[in-house]
Amino acid sequence: MDALDGNAIGGLLCDVFGADMTTAVGTCASCGSAGPVAETVVYLQAPGTVVRCRACGNMLMVFVRKSGMTCVDLQGLATLAGPVG
Amino acid sequence: MAGTAVRGRLSWQVASVGAVAEETSTVRTIELVVPDWAGHRAGQHLDVRLTADDGYSAERSYSIASAPGEPVAITVERLDDGEVSPYLTEELRPGDELELRGPIGGYFVWDGEETAPLQLVAGGSGVVPLRSILRYRDRLGSAVPIRLLYSARSLDDVIYRTELDEYDREVEVSYTLTRRQPPGWRGRAGRVDKAMLADVAWPAERQPLTFVCGPTPFVETVAAGLVDLGYPAGQVKTERFGATGEPTGGR
Repeated sequence: MDALDGNAIGGLLCDVFGADMTTAVGTCASCGSAGPVAETVVYLQAPGTVVRCRACGNMLMVFVRKSGMTCVDLQGLATLAGPVG
Repeated sequence: MAGTAVRGRLSWQVASVGAVAEETSTVRTIELVVPDWAGHRAGQHLDVRLTADDGYSAERSYSIASAPGEPVAITVERLDDGEVSPYLTEELRPGDELELRGPIGGYFVWDGEETAPLQLVAGGSGVVPLRSILRYRDRLGSAVPIRLLYSARSLDDVIYRTELDEYDREVEVSYTLTRRQPPGWRGRAGRVDKAMLADVAWPAERQPLTFVCGPTPFVETVAAGLVDLGYPAGQVKTERFGATGEPTGGR
């Protein structure tokens, strides 16, 4: 299964942030490169949804849905600048 | 559904199936009657959720095939090992109901405000969101010139062929057939590569806005080729779907 991109998690991100986040700009905490969330590398088939930096592969975000909750890990991001929900 | 997750503004709603049109032997376009539709932008997608009697549910994203202002429609390709697409392409009938949420995405969109020429590159059913852009240009009466390079396995696999063939010179459509070409085929053959892009895509000096949609390896090749040809990376918008065409959350 190939990796997808951030467009594929537009709905999930909208659930979590309350606004479209595909145009939000994320900065990788590991390599410092910045770009729209839509251009990140996304794996949907993991036990959770894994979002990686297109430049260095660092894990930027992880989303795990369980019992109606979405657990969010944003440790791999230095910043995430998006629209105000 | 437990309600502890943060509530976005995107909620699931029930839509009913309107007209259904067969595009190819494995692809159909499904019109959806959505009572509470906020309106969409060209290039956006929506999520469909199917729930089985035992409560198991599966979600898939589908690009919206219609232009803003037109009834919502999705175009779905049947995948033999798919969980959702065989139902949508074979069993779903007009009047049936299904759950969806959308519109989704603000990145891979064209609002018709920019005057730059458009370079569209589609692999297989990656043509679907690009068709929304093409139709929207028509609806706006826009004179933005467009070039579309569309890669399909064979001529029979080309989606929207009749519609695409009707465009005048303002919209230049080039096909490349990767597996099979009919006798006397005058279009291109083989996979898209840098040489083909150099031949059919706008020269970088025209500063086109570029939308590339298709399976992941296709998008990577095309995007890298265009950047090699001098397209600024920030002007090349990409949208990838899985090799199976269906992003899947597993079984």
